[in-house]
Amino acid sequence: MTATDPYATTRDTTEGKVFTVTGQDWDSVVSGLGEEPEERVVVNMGPQHPSTHGVLRLILELDGENVTEARCGIGYLHTGIEKNMEFRSWTQGVTFCTRMDYLSPFYNEAAYCLSVERLLGIEDQIPEKANVMRVLLMELNRISSHLVCIATGGMEIGALTVMTIGFREREKTLDLFELITGLRMNHAFIRPGGVAQDLPPGALDKIREYITWMNRHLKEYAELCNANPIFKARLQNVGYLDLAGCMALGISGPTVRSTGYALDLRKSQPYCGYETYDFDVPTWDSSDSYGRFRVRLQEMHESLKIVEQCADRLEKMDGQPVMVADKKIAWPSQLAVGADGMGNSLDHIKHIMGESMEALIHHFKLVTEGFRVPAGQAYVPIESPRGEMGAHVVSDGGTKPYRVHFRDPSFANLQAMPIMCEGGQVADVIVAVASLDPVMGGVDR
Amino acid sequence: MSDTQPENLPATSAAGDAQTPGAEVIEQREGMFGVRGTGDTSGFGGLRRQVALPGGTPKPYGSWFDGAVDRLEGLAADGAIEKVVVDRNELTLHIKRENIVEVCRHLRDDEALRFEFCSGVSGVHYPHETGSELHAVYHFLSITHNRRIRLEVSAPDSDPHIPSIVSVYPANDWHERETWDFFGIIFDGHPALTRIQMPDDWPGHPQRKDYPLGGIDVEYKGAVIPPPDTRRSYN
Repeated sequence: MTATDPYATTRDTTEGKVFTVTGQDWDSVVSGLGEEPEERVVVNMGPQHPSTHGVLRLILELDGENVTEARCGIGYLHTGIEKNMEFRSWTQGVTFCTRMDYLSPFYNEAAYCLSVERLLGIEDQIPEKANVMRVLLMELNRISSHLVCIATGGMEIGALTVMTIGFREREKTLDLFELITGLRMNHAFIRPGGVAQDLPPGALDKIREYITWMNRHLKEYAELCNANPIFKARLQNVGYLDLAGCMALGISGPTVRSTGYALDLRKSQPYCGYETYDFDVPTWDSSDSYGRFRVRLQEMHESLKIVEQCADRLEKMDGQPVMVADKKIAWPSQLAVGADGMGNSLDHIKHIMGESMEALIHHFKLVTEGFRVPAGQAYVPIESPRGEMGAHVVSDGGTKPYRVHFRDPSFANLQAMPIMCEGGQVADVIVAVASLDPVMGGVDR
Repeated sequence: MSDTQPENLPATSAAGDAQTPGAEVIEQREGMFGVRGTGDTSGFGGLRRQVALPGGTPKPYGSWFDGAVDRLEGLAADGAIEKVVVDRNELTLHIKRENIVEVCRHLRDDEALRFEFCSGVSGVHYPHETGSELHAVYHFLSITHNRRIRLEVSAPDSDPHIPSIVSVYPANDWHERETWDFFGIIFDGHPALTRIQMPDDWPGHPQRKDYPLGGIDVEYKGAVIPPPDTRRSYN
């Protein structure tokens, strides 16, 4: 027994003996159970556990190595983002919602902005270039999000090379985000009415370089994993969930597509002009973790195809607007990165401070008060890397959202954890949860 | 600036937007920046704004809406659909709360409706709508017909009960727990209606409008910035 270890003690409770396990000490638990050990062991996995994707708590009832019952405990990352948004202007809301699902920030922003734009009735007035830039960023984001899923999923089963190369490619993607938006995450770049600023000079060249790099390196994942016997042994037939189960539990995204059904909102209910891009919706027919891995892998190639088409379009759109023309909604200044590395707009400051009183008033009104959004409610879901991501936005006609609720796919998909894990082995729980790819920032909001 | 207009203008123009003529006034707000009533010389205290949401839409609704609503009206009990709102090309059906489970069953099972996919429920709190303060808003997707529909069910604050639809759409399990957690709507018949985001012993339901945001003053180089819910705000 490790009675002297302050982090791994035992104590008796009314429910039975409680052990704190820190790893590599299963024997001490077994010996500590004494002469007549109870068959049933309840294991609290998390909320701090490297393999549970953030602060997810899994409550597993074990019979030996077999999971007889599994439940999730969530809420450890609840930050009240939806409540906070009710106290800020419509534009400031983007700054909050981008922080929810931190692996796919552009999808949070886009889902929110599309709903706000429907409420404003300006869906048709969004400039073409803004839509192309949104699609570009979203598809880059899909690649970076899937890379994290595959990388961490690989790490959790001991495939460390998959992790290191996954994060290598993800860095390349985040470099592009940094170049285009100024930040690696928490961008707040997609705004109601368009996007925050135009592409910086040289961005298209960097995107081309990125496409070349990815075309060369995306293959490596397939080469490392697809036919790898250990990888297949760990993933195949683990976390099984068929189409009927997905429909009943409201599961969307790669999990549905791994059952062979090509459910993808980009195809069925296109937004941001997705109907004009040429891409396929990959599916797999095994309904298991391996299928989800293959779907994600294939989706990255499809996303790269879309990124390439976006780059072609953006080449011909030099100088076009990226924000709606309505001056009552569009942010007054266009920021550019100055010599000090900070976002600035010297021309605009000169204009409002030295030339036009009206422009100053307009700037002040729009930035401090914000615009009003006609009363009503809207729900415009989009296809995030994890499935249907939608914002139910309610306006009372004021300058702040009356209520914003995010239907986050991580939250809905995590409901499938018990059905995927019960009856399986405890080691497969990790694989099954990783195949759902839940991001706790999105689950808890 | 629309707020400086006299208060005898109709509600629709007070917010400066183009609402349908049938808009329903749910709230009347007075003053601005915390100034209200007499004794103020700023003029802000005299401001009034009516909060009006899109009201019921008369037939025909357009698009596929007519067929779906007629079909549902034929299947569900009389009076189950209290109101039909077509706004911004989205169909919202206000359902009487005792009929919600039955309506959901028809939505899922009927061949002409076939809404297989439940995107969950969220709550909205309208403290000034006496008798129906709490709203539960459901979104459904019909993959077969590629349509979306929204159901809205209301319950009074004094009796915050709405039947659970988990028996029809198991997907709604966590969503109903979340709505209970944040709004205090009790979904009768839910298999395990416990808090999901807040700690089990948390008092109150944080997303309700009467629940304060909280926060503390932040001082930076001598200037004090109040928490967002106590700052000046526009109604």
